[in-house]
Amino acid sequence: MSALSLLSILVLQGGTVHTADGPPLEGASILVVDGRIQAVGEVAVPPGAEVIDARGLVITPGLIESHTRLGLVEIDMVDATRDHDAAGPDPVRAAFRAVDALNPDSDVIPVQRARGLTTAIAWPTGGLVSGQGVAFDLDGGPPVSARVGMVVALGGRGDGSRGESLERLRELLADARAWRGSEAAYDRNQLRTLSASRADLAALVPVLDGKLPLVVHADRRSDIRATLALAAEEKVRVILAGAAESWLDAPAIAQAGVPVIVDPIDNLPSTFDRTRVRDDLATRLAAAGVTVILSTFETHRARTLRQAAGNAVRAGLDPALALRAITRNPAEVFGFSDRGRIAPGQVAHLVAWTGDPFELASAARYVIINGRVQPTEHRQRQLFDRYRRLPGPTTP
Amino acid sequence: MPATRRRAGLVLLALALTACGASSGAKPPGPPPLVPAIAAPPGPFTHDPAPAPAVLIHGATLLTGSHLVPRIERGWLRLRDGLITDIGAGDPPAAAEGEEVVDATGRFVTPGLIDTHSHLGVYPQPGVAAHSDGNEATSPVTAGLKVAESFWPQDPAIQRAVRGGVTTIQVLPGSANLMGGRSVVLKLHPAREVEAMRFPGAPEGLKMACGENPKRVYGDRRSLPSTRMGSLAAMRERFIAARRYRQRWAAWRAKFSDEAAATEPPPDRDLTLETLADVLDGKILVHIHCYRADEMLQQLRLAAEFGYRVRSFHHAVEAYKIRDVLRAQDVSVSTWADWYGFKIEADDAIEENLALLAEAGVRGILHTDSPLGIQRMNQEAAKAFFAGTQAGVTVSEAEAIRWLTANPAWALGIEARTGTLEAGKMADVVIWDHHPLSVYARATRVYIDGRLRHDADAPGPAWSDFEVGR
Repeated sequence: MSALSLLSILVLQGGTVHTADGPPLEGASILVVDGRIQAVGEVAVPPGAEVIDARGLVITPGLIESHTRLGLVEIDMVDATRDHDAAGPDPVRAAFRAVDALNPDSDVIPVQRARGLTTAIAWPTGGLVSGQGVAFDLDGGPPVSARVGMVVALGGRGDGSRGESLERLRELLADARAWRGSEAAYDRNQLRTLSASRADLAALVPVLDGKLPLVVHADRRSDIRATLALAAEEKVRVILAGAAESWLDAPAIAQAGVPVIVDPIDNLPSTFDRTRVRDDLATRLAAAGVTVILSTFETHRARTLRQAAGNAVRAGLDPALALRAITRNPAEVFGFSDRGRIAPGQVAHLVAWTGDPFELASAARYVIINGRVQPTEHRQRQLFDRYRRLPGPTTP
Repeated sequence: MPATRRRAGLVLLALALTACGASSGAKPPGPPPLVPAIAAPPGPFTHDPAPAPAVLIHGATLLTGSHLVPRIERGWLRLRDGLITDIGAGDPPAAAEGEEVVDATGRFVTPGLIDTHSHLGVYPQPGVAAHSDGNEATSPVTAGLKVAESFWPQDPAIQRAVRGGVTTIQVLPGSANLMGGRSVVLKLHPAREVEAMRFPGAPEGLKMACGENPKRVYGDRRSLPSTRMGSLAAMRERFIAARRYRQRWAAWRAKFSDEAAATEPPPDRDLTLETLADVLDGKILVHIHCYRADEMLQQLRLAAEFGYRVRSFHHAVEAYKIRDVLRAQDVSVSTWADWYGFKIEADDAIEENLALLAEAGVRGILHTDSPLGIQRMNQEAAKAFFAGTQAGVTVSEAEAIRWLTANPAWALGIEARTGTLEAGKMADVVIWDHHPLSVYARATRVYIDGRLRHDADAPGPAWSDFEVGR
């Protein structure tokens, strides 16, 4: 009793719980102790617990936006607020870490959180090897993981051949291999010339070890095949992103165990790499057994993630798979598998919705991150309040 | 107004064509015409000159877009010769001979959706530089350009928009220029040329732009405008010139009531000033790209200075701050549901914008400016609608439907022809398998001018030649 009372205890009582871990539970309760889920189902309310009446609400794991620049940009066209691109002439920026630029106090974050996002992965952009992504919870706390993957951009360039991109990438990995274990010789200038800086080569070592996945942006089938071949030859982990034409090779992608991050809304042949894009890309990948992650690839509109999932369902994806694709799948693929499900032991990232979470009519009534109910205030809501009544007559 | 400049132009053309007998009037003296007598190509070209079929749709919930009867449960409507000829509730009439009967029980029917802000065909797919035809960003005032002359009817995004229930769009030049050119209103038919898609009788619009874009594009080149005051001054100067231009023409016409018998040549035509003169005459509707509340008020003052009306502010993410003024002046607002933050003039967007406008009696319009957004306009309206209701704003389902239909029709000056389900209007009709404000709603059938342009159960070939063999 006395020990318990020192803890922060939260009970969500009587909702429909979609766990991303099995069939939905009707009238289930969730016990959260000190930020972690302790029990799901029949729960006795401990004394001193904060109780949320969740009857009539639909509870899901907090949504995870897996591909965003959230926290790295405030206003896109205000240059000094953009921190996602290391820029410069060198296309290799492996050492660049998004975490070093991340602003957990960004005004953009609470706007997304109010629509049910609890975790995001922010990625660098630009160049061939853009740098390393960071996973973070949307409660302003420390990052979940300062290093979840290394971004690589393949495909049509306009300033040279895509073949050169692949060649450069292979050379980089070979040089990182040469550098590893020969650091002292390198420092004494006794190693052959390497194609990247010491910091970039060091950053690639976890990739060689299979500890850090390469997140490869590729749309055209030939680039997707090249990515799979690279993963097999170099024995590195890859995750495909974008992947417009990936449905053409879905079985091979499934066989290789390569997850795919898909925007289920983007069905346009906007480049020659995407002429065979389809509305039902996610559906086809999932049917072949590929681990699918859905993403908006957006920042200020990351809050439309649930709409993206709803559109994937509209295009044939099973709703339970669609929910997994924005909760459990990204958590497991990016190595923070204590998130993304509603189960004992999981970090308590929960959203209580007024209805079907994908439906535009539903609102996120409660957003809980690390066991704490998050404030619903944000700048836009304050502007709404300020202008709910107009200040007075204005005459043009 | 006995004669317009356009008629004057036709007269000159007729004079030039007298050699081939096009004019019955007396042959004017002088040298032979400089313009050779070449016939324009016949047309416009359509893919199916056959008349539109007769269709009876019944059993559906009709969301009419009209104020009077916004919703009809178990309704029916008849399409014939490209028009809605009859609409009612309850048991449908007996089918006429040759009439296709569509059982839409459990489904929803709306008017075809209308996007007031599209760059389809001028920034087409794929987005290669050679296709980039939407901004003549070489001079800040290019009001005389016709965006129709940039339009590529093979844009693969056109058919995708139709699959989303869109039947009519206004194609606008981009916002690099203060006055970018004349818009065109199109029906989304498969076509070999833009002329076959033109909405018959729709007025043209003038695309204007204030704020960041023109000052960035030209300021970066160290030319005018590099500031907002530069932008306003440039606009004002052109309208001053347009006023004089209009006076010159009026004087010439007053002098020569019979233009054919004029003994002095008419004033030189200037396409920019001609367009602005048409704005001053109210023949061209003004559409202004403008984000900030203060800049919209500034534009309304400029309009008052020269005596023209603003038909719609586009993007207008701060319209909620001046909704009283917009209501008083009857200016419509074309905006998104939730776009913001891409530039500082879009920083104060709120999701309740359209709902607050509706509550204040402003004609709100859900526009897209996007080949992706145009495929799910109904979802975007839904977000704006539910954001409003959840915040306690008074806004109805009927109004949300009007954001997609009747209100954009008004902004384009075509409200007498389309935008509601009413007898006598064009048969621009969408059947949805769910309520259109649901994320799961798919347009199962889309009729444009009574022709079935999309059938989810029998998807036809790609319209775009670009997609052939790909």
